Amino acid sequence: MPADNHSLLAGVADTPGVAKPDPIVKGSNISRQFGGLKAVDVEHLEIQRGVITALIGPNGAGKTTLFNLLTGFDVPDTGEWSFNGTSLQKVPAYKVARRGMVRTFQLTKVLSKLTVIENMRLGATGQRGERFWSAPFRPLWSSQEDANTQRADELLARFKLDAKREDFAGSLSGGQRKLLEMARSLMVDPELIMLDEPMAGVNPALKQSLLGHVKSLRDEGRTVLFVEHDMDMVRDISDWVIVMAQGKIVAEGTPDQVMSNQAVIDAYLGAHHDTDITELDESSLEAAAEQELDEEGTHG
Amino acid sequence: MDYGTIFSSALASALGPTAIVYALAAIGLNIHFGYTGLLNFGQAGFMAVGAFGLSVSVVTYDLPFVVGVLIALLATVVLAIILGVPTLRLRADYLAIATIATAEILRLIFGAVETKDVFGGSNGLSGFAQPFIELNPYDSGLDIGIISYRRDDLWILTVGWALVALACLLIWLLMRSPWGRVLRSIREDEDAVRSLGKNVFAYKMQALVLGGVFGGLGGIVLALSQNNIKGSDFSTNVTFYAYTALLIGGAARVLGPVIGAMIFWFLMTGIGAFFSQATSGTDPLIPSDIMTDTQASLVRLVLVGLGLMLLMIYRPQGIFGDRKELAIDAR
Ligand SMILES: Nc1ncnc2c1ncn2[C@@H]1O[C@H](COP(=O)(O)OP(=O)(O)O)[C@@H](O)[C@H]1O
Ligand SMILES: [Mg+2]
Repeated sequence: MPADNHSLLAGVADTPGVAKPDPIVKGSNISRQFGGLKAVDVEHLEIQRGVITALIGPNGAGKTTLFNLLTGFDVPDTGEWSFNGTSLQKVPAYKVARRGMVRTFQLTKVLSKLTVIENMRLGATGQRGERFWSAPFRPLWSSQEDANTQRADELLARFKLDAKREDFAGSLSGGQRKLLEMARSLMVDPELIMLDEPMAGVNPALKQSLLGHVKSLRDEGRTVLFVEHDMDMVRDISDWVIVMAQGKIVAEGTPDQVMSNQAVIDAYLGAHHDTDITELDESSLEAAAEQELDEEGTHG
Repeated sequence: MDYGTIFSSALASALGPTAIVYALAAIGLNIHFGYTGLLNFGQAGFMAVGAFGLSVSVVTYDLPFVVGVLIALLATVVLAIILGVPTLRLRADYLAIATIATAEILRLIFGAVETKDVFGGSNGLSGFAQPFIELNPYDSGLDIGIISYRRDDLWILTVGWALVALACLLIWLLMRSPWGRVLRSIREDEDAVRSLGKNVFAYKMQALVLGGVFGGLGGIVLALSQNNIKGSDFSTNVTFYAYTALLIGGAARVLGPVIGAMIFWFLMTGIGAFFSQATSGTDPLIPSDIMTDTQASLVRLVLVGLGLMLLMIYRPQGIFGDRKELAIDAR
């Protein structure tokens, strides 16, 4: 399977902003300024359909801001971009999601005071019971609700959250929340799923299964764009990597190409040229994992 | 000290027309604040628009009573839309500021000398409830010993509590539906809801309109029970009494606002009656150099306020609230 996906991108040059054979997202001149800081300044961007693209870059590079701009959660100062060939300029966030481009958040947004299954049901689109005039009359929507619940239960089982079905989402651990958010976004049945740091704060054991889930998204025909810091993880699952630094795309390519790229090493490490990029990440990762375990200990 | 009278006046108040008015207003606030997280600090404005929508239609413009009721409800819908359009896309506090300011502006306009021809100035409008009063099917009042109601009150109680019951039924049906689930989700994190393809603005608007209509219904019941209405009936503490009722009963619970309004008026009247008895007469229980009878009428506010504080500290979810829903930290 991965071989196939790589071949979709075979022959694509490793230059920033390079055109893809079958782009699902295309954007040009996208910029967003916060005060004096140009958080995003992307000349050209294309995301290939049907593969996993990783968006990497140091903290503050503008990855989250770019996500916000593409999905309608923030408005760029300049630029135009399209999804499946139709422009997304001035399209509100909820309509972007309905068109099949769904994102998750760096700071997980589960609805703590709803149960896990209710979080999932919320994700289903086109619900008759969500219309005011039909809402009071259960027979009008109960069959659809049952179908949605069944789909939700299947996803919960796949993401190993079925044991937590009736728990409040607020009682889940950080990693389980990431899983729930990913599962919930699948209820929308997106074509493109954009994950903002899906592994952040997830303990190592869960991380492996999360990785598997991301791959399975691609294998069922979805396009994945995800932000990640952990280079091993990026190398492991992504077909293509886009590197951002200071708002710009500084490099693109297959994981191997990108990790040997001098511009990337510079962007990540600044002066410390001789440190190995993967080593650095492992130690910081271990620290993060320990911290999470500690937190879970204290939360009981 | 006549505890029997104190108790029966408190009970009569808890079941009386005022409790109905505040139950309806608090049901509206429950939709706004309890379920959707919208901060409406101008429920008095919605009530005023309901009350004046009816009375102005009937008294000033001589329209039929039923048409007046429809105009009143329509006017609350329009008010909600006017308030919602500019604020519901912004942060939560903008709605709070806009609603409290609008409610005050409306109160001043309704009570102003300049608009006396339409709204009746400081005397307000009267007599519009006649068609309603004439529908009264009861032959006499009700007297069951401990409480008694006049014939007119009995009729408004019947209609009023029926309205409250219908409102609760509707809220119960709505809040167990996917529509209610969207509202509760918006209360927690509207960006998450947006990311799942829901038009958050439209849902907030629906909630604002629905809760405003219940506020308007409260205003109509108030107008009918007094057969007179004036701008000064709708000061800001009307809104805050309604919030107090909601918090006592428990927000985001179907019966919370109803039970809360009953308890609130039981306490307000009961404590008021107690201190008024305790400070009156030739040999008052509380000597007049400690508390005079004018001061006594204010003590109930102090005590109810204190009670509310203690409630928020020891039982923040209200009487009907679910501790579990509140106990989870939203990290
Ligand atoms: N709402 C905002 N207001 C002001 N500055 C912001 C805002 N959002 C992001 N920034 C700034 O923009 C830059 C890019 O941030 P972000 O997109 O979150 O980076 P990344 O996700 O790559 O770590 C950072 O310097 C950040 O401080
Ligand atoms: Mg980020």
